[in-house]
Amino acid sequence: MSTVVLLLITGVGLGAIYFLVASGLSLIYGLMGVLNFAHGVFLTFGAFLGWEVAARMGATTWAGFAASLLVGALAGAVFAALTERFLVQRLYERHIEQVLITVGLALAVVALFDGIWGTDARFISGPPWMSRTTTIAGANVPNDRFVAIVLAVVVLVAIVLFLQRTRYGMIIRAGVENRSMVTALGIDVRTAFTLIFTIGGAAAGLGGVLASHAFGYVSPMLGQTLLIFAFIVTVIGGLGSLTGAAIASVLVAVLQQFANYYWGYGDFAVVVLLAVVVLTRPSGLMGKKVTA
Amino acid sequence: MTSSPPSRDAATVGAGPTARPTAPVLLVRDLQAHVAGQQVVEHVDLQVAPTGVTALLGRNGVGKTSTIKAVMGLIGRSGTIELDGEDISTLPTFRIAGRGVGYVPEDREVFSGLTVTENLRLAERRGSEHRYDLVYELFPELEQRGAQAAGTLSGGQQQMVSLARALLNDNRVLLIDEPTKGLAPRLVTEVAEALARAAEVAPVLLVEQNLQVVRDLARHVVVLTDGRSVHHGDASDFLDDPVATQRLLGVHGGTDPAGAA
Ligand SMILES: Nc1ncnc2c1ncn2[C@@H]1O[C@H](COP(=O)(O)OP(=O)(O)OP(=O)(O)O)[C@@H](O)[C@H]1O
Ligand SMILES: [Mg+2]
Repeated sequence: MSTVVLLLITGVGLGAIYFLVASGLSLIYGLMGVLNFAHGVFLTFGAFLGWEVAARMGATTWAGFAASLLVGALAGAVFAALTERFLVQRLYERHIEQVLITVGLALAVVALFDGIWGTDARFISGPPWMSRTTTIAGANVPNDRFVAIVLAVVVLVAIVLFLQRTRYGMIIRAGVENRSMVTALGIDVRTAFTLIFTIGGAAAGLGGVLASHAFGYVSPMLGQTLLIFAFIVTVIGGLGSLTGAAIASVLVAVLQQFANYYWGYGDFAVVVLLAVVVLTRPSGLMGKKVTA
Repeated sequence: MTSSPPSRDAATVGAGPTARPTAPVLLVRDLQAHVAGQQVVEHVDLQVAPTGVTALLGRNGVGKTSTIKAVMGLIGRSGTIELDGEDISTLPTFRIAGRGVGYVPEDREVFSGLTVTENLRLAERRGSEHRYDLVYELFPELEQRGAQAAGTLSGGQQQMVSLARALLNDNRVLLIDEPTKGLAPRLVTEVAEALARAAEVAPVLLVEQNLQVVRDLARHVVVLTDGRSVHHGDASDFLDDPVATQRLLGVHGGTDPAGAA
């Protein structure tokens, strides 16, 4: 029983990190039709800058941890906004080129990170409470998972409120459905593109800091590893669907945890799930619309 | 971004020294357009009169929708497209709309996940007056169903949303593509009445298969065959000419609206 509870909660914690990466990916694809291969480097950049700031302020202090989250999100947001504005937007409506440039950027930036921070993993420490455990139904759950879950829920709620309550949110929801009709109403969707990249980048940067605590390290490849699962989550959830991304994140991560523990092939189980969903529901669990 | 302050008295509006009271609000010359590398409009000339309805007619697949999309900048195009004497043929779609071109697409294209009210709010253009009074007077249902997701509306109600989005703003010209398509006769009448009101507010380029509606509303017609404009003229002259309507539309003139499915 305690094992099941442990796997379940750590699975949801991992799902929270997947969601932080996948939410931006899904919205970017839904609105712009761009599979953003650079999303992983937003995450890695956030994780590294967060780590640098925490190290300077005192990695084991709460202030240092809070600052690392803030800086991580900010770093991801700025990097993403610049990527959209200066690379992706230049190739407006040329989807193949847009995807290729994100692939190229990802390769180049990972090499740059290698140069700056080295290829070896940097081990992360946070406030001592984070690495302790809390016992729930006999299971000793690492506390950092709770932090990840709470923050992912906060991000989910914030994005939903943004999409539902603001004019830009409305433009994004409409644009995911039918972008050309949005432009035909006189709206310059490029602003919405930059915005969605920025929001996605912030979530990914935050996810980077949390991932580095959950895994205990940060390395130049951290984002690339997570990106693969985030893509799978995005496809299973339905490209463009935020709710779909949330549900699929948890589904994939929990499945992965259980399959890893009982069977040893968690990643394979995820690929099987992907195949099943793609074959039976090609548009994913929640189809192509923002149902937030 | 700012459109010149539109006036309802279209006859006196018109930028540039060449503006004359009868100058067309929209002038299209030698228009070509392509979709997916295929040329769908070969050579279209047309003018939208500064007042009233100009109908764009032709059999299925001749390029009426493509012509309108080309004017909106939604598909690749070349040739002359002038709005009030100003070239808009290279502007992006949102700027064309921003200059006062209202668009009601063939398949309505309401945002199904947005509510009726959100669809209308999204259509509110900066620098324009928003005529909710007119829209709700024409389509009171839209006010009652404001909180309903547009995707759950009937086809007729969706058409009202689509028309309302275009009527909400001050526009220099409205491009309306088959607004009565697939509607029950009572709704056709209702939409036709709304179009008549719309035409009082801004000149209309109307694609319409129902020739009775064309007869009631349009003063001028432009007829396409195979991506080319082949006839321009007075609407009733054309509709009263059984040879021309038979040849160009494959139906007898407006006397037989049943032939206009
Ligand atoms: N996306 C597309 N890909 C390929 N061909 C297209 C595409 N869209 C339109 N066409 C072709 O362009 C031609 C003109 O189509 P268009 O929709 O403009 O005609 P239409 O006059 O509006 O017809 P209808 O009366 O049926 O609405 C048709 O032959 C059509 O098959
Ligand atoms: Mg058509």
